[in-house]
Amino acid sequence: MAENKRIDEKTGTQTVGHEWDGIEELDTPMPRWWLVTFYATIVFAIGYCIAYPAWPLVSRATAGVLGWTSHGDLDREMKGEQVRRRPIMRALAVTPIESLPANPQLLAAAEEGGRSAFKVHCAACHGAGAAGSKGYPNLNDDDWLWGGTLTDIQQTLIHGIRQPGDDDTRQSQMPAFGRDGVLTPEQVQDAVSYVRYISHQEGGSQSAMRGRELFAANCAVCHGEKGEGNRTVGAPRLNDSIWLYGGDRDSLTDTITNAHGGIMPAWGKQLDPLTIKMLAAYVHSLGGGESSAPVNVGDTSGKPAAAPGATGK
Amino acid sequence: MSHPNDLVSPPRLFEARRKIFPKAVTGPFRRFKWATLALTLLVYYVTPWVRWDRGPYAPDQAVLVDLAHRRFYMFSIEIWPHEFYYVAGLLVMAAIGLFLVTSAVGRAWCGYACPQTVWTDLFQHVERWIEGDRNAQIRLEKSRWTLNKVARRTAKHAAWIAIGMVTGGAWIFYFADAPALARAFVHGEAPLVAYATVAVLTWTTYLLGGLMREQVCQFMCPWPRIQAAMMDERSLTVTYRFWRGEPRTRGLKRAKVDHPVPERLDAATSLLQLAERPAVADRLVGDCIDCNACVAVCPTGIDIREGPQIGCITCGLCIDACDDTMRRIGRPTKLIGYTTELDARAEHAGAAAMPPLKRLLRPRMLAYLAIWSALGLFMLVSLGTRTHLGISVNQTRNPLWVRLSDGTIRNTYQVKIRNMEARPRLVEVSIAGAPGILWDEHGERTGAGRSVRLRVEPDKVAKAQMFVAADAAGAPRADMTFTVRALDAEGGEATDTSFFERPEVAQ
Repeated sequence: MAENKRIDEKTGTQTVGHEWDGIEELDTPMPRWWLVTFYATIVFAIGYCIAYPAWPLVSRATAGVLGWTSHGDLDREMKGEQVRRRPIMRALAVTPIESLPANPQLLAAAEEGGRSAFKVHCAACHGAGAAGSKGYPNLNDDDWLWGGTLTDIQQTLIHGIRQPGDDDTRQSQMPAFGRDGVLTPEQVQDAVSYVRYISHQEGGSQSAMRGRELFAANCAVCHGEKGEGNRTVGAPRLNDSIWLYGGDRDSLTDTITNAHGGIMPAWGKQLDPLTIKMLAAYVHSLGGGESSAPVNVGDTSGKPAAAPGATGK
Repeated sequence: MSHPNDLVSPPRLFEARRKIFPKAVTGPFRRFKWATLALTLLVYYVTPWVRWDRGPYAPDQAVLVDLAHRRFYMFSIEIWPHEFYYVAGLLVMAAIGLFLVTSAVGRAWCGYACPQTVWTDLFQHVERWIEGDRNAQIRLEKSRWTLNKVARRTAKHAAWIAIGMVTGGAWIFYFADAPALARAFVHGEAPLVAYATVAVLTWTTYLLGGLMREQVCQFMCPWPRIQAAMMDERSLTVTYRFWRGEPRTRGLKRAKVDHPVPERLDAATSLLQLAERPAVADRLVGDCIDCNACVAVCPTGIDIREGPQIGCITCGLCIDACDDTMRRIGRPTKLIGYTTELDARAEHAGAAAMPPLKRLLRPRMLAYLAIWSALGLFMLVSLGTRTHLGISVNQTRNPLWVRLSDGTIRNTYQVKIRNMEARPRLVEVSIAGAPGILWDEHGERTGAGRSVRLRVEPDKVAKAQMFVAADAAGAPRADMTFTVRALDAEGGEATDTSFFERPEVAQ
């Protein structure tokens, strides 16, 4: 067909050499501006391939003479962000945790930092909303095993609970009364009845009356005469509505028979003091944080005392 | 037009621009244009420098678009981002106002008030000032590149760029404190975006006002197209009274002999007929002496005698030019004048024109006016009665509820309180609708009541975590409201709804 190419006499343009029923097609050249743009894109592409990562190789692409990477961009932005936050981070680092409430701005920054860190380090056990689950305490409520002030929480975070190898860890162990034969299964049931009695879940049955003596002899040394708990040994309060392992008969039977002792890692070994401080501030802000250790743990009936909004944490 | 099969000389897609050299003119419309030019430029340049005292907590600039802090100040009105519908309403009002003006007096916006017109006008004055009037400009255009031409052209473009810089320079003052920004700008300490804005606006002003001019109106602006739909036979437009002007005579007016133009002489046909019968032409002469003054002064370079057209911005300068000519040859003025299509037809037929009031008070105008005023009134009332206090309550969803030691259930809420006043306010947040006690992050549950008080910083949104505790027995989900009330003399309150949630089965 190519031999049919000819110069069209009217336009002076070459034809492409095709012919259908007498209709021919002109081989009109591309417009100049189009060609210039086209060649410009080629030149640009060559320059781009030299300057930037372009050719995929086995493990990574060619580097490009500018050395640009998206990771590099991210690093730069992160560094910039760190520089921006440095003053407040420095202030946070030198401020003792108990002084944070006096500085609302620092406290707010610490809480926000803690909120992020919590999602990374704590949410796996305590849940994203810090509501916990069986065996993992709810951090929103007003019941604390080891103390709910900022310093208490920080101490628990640094050294953990029953963390092997940490001398300052929160340490205690409830005896397995049933499994170790300290109490017979019947006695365990009596103790369960008494615990449910003092937590207002059951009436005063004969079993509970028998359990009262067992409780005084075996449990009160840690859990207190009235079951008000003891924070120095992390003995939970038993006369309230909050149960770490459940407050029903079956769960209580299991707890008294086999005993529980949850473990929390000593985060002081893994996280920097600043992060731990921020985590403590965040956990404290969830609603149950205490401004000071309560004098009388047993009484939370709530009598009107100070004007609302007047007291600081 | 070439024959479709003629491939040798295909028609060009674009016509090259014919450069326009508008001649200076004097007259009432020119004076009116001077006045609008002065007024609009004055408003544009002076507005950012007007001060308005708003107290110690807000800027004292009368008109300020504070993008950084997301506030828009306009004299006594302060708009927050959530109230952007006021700005939208203002834009709708501007659009309907344009409809109203257009259907009443035609393209008055295009002719007098449009920034493109104002700046082009300014640029043309500068051009005449440096290069001389129309004829001098044409001569200079045609002349070789002499030192004189180089000097004048350089001066002209320099002046244009200077105007462009001043234009862009004024723009940035609407977005920051004008005196402070001016100081920083001169000392090279202003933000980069300020310099970039000035640079971009300098370029666009120079390009649009200096180089593109009428092409913007004819090819870029959508408004002339929209206006075609806005105008009707009762809208004012610049009209050449062809029934008076035709047939034109070139040179000296030979119509001293009072030969009235016969009725029913159409512009299109008459010229042809007259050309065929030159003997008659001597006697039948119109007022137009074809002096071309109307074309020479036109800023868009059109010939109004060809009838209404999209290039006509109805600036009225051809009226001034024609009136001048008519006065000189002793003929009545307003051969070119503002008239409506209806009036033109009536005048052509020898009937009386419609009284202006009747023309203006037509249903279309009244409808536009009604919509425009209703919108304006609604915005004024709503601006005047809007509350300067707001509350937004967001219930914490994880966890929904928390059981406390004594068995009660606690919910947590993120509460935002908006203080739109430029002063700190003491407010009280209270709950209603469901039983329970309320306290916030700074308070204690012990002693909590149904409300808490807090101080909200001026012109800020205060964020607070609040807790509500209530008995475990009750509906799994109870409606409740949070109300914020200002505890100062001005008062005012706002309410938001939320829920109190409990475990499904109370243990």
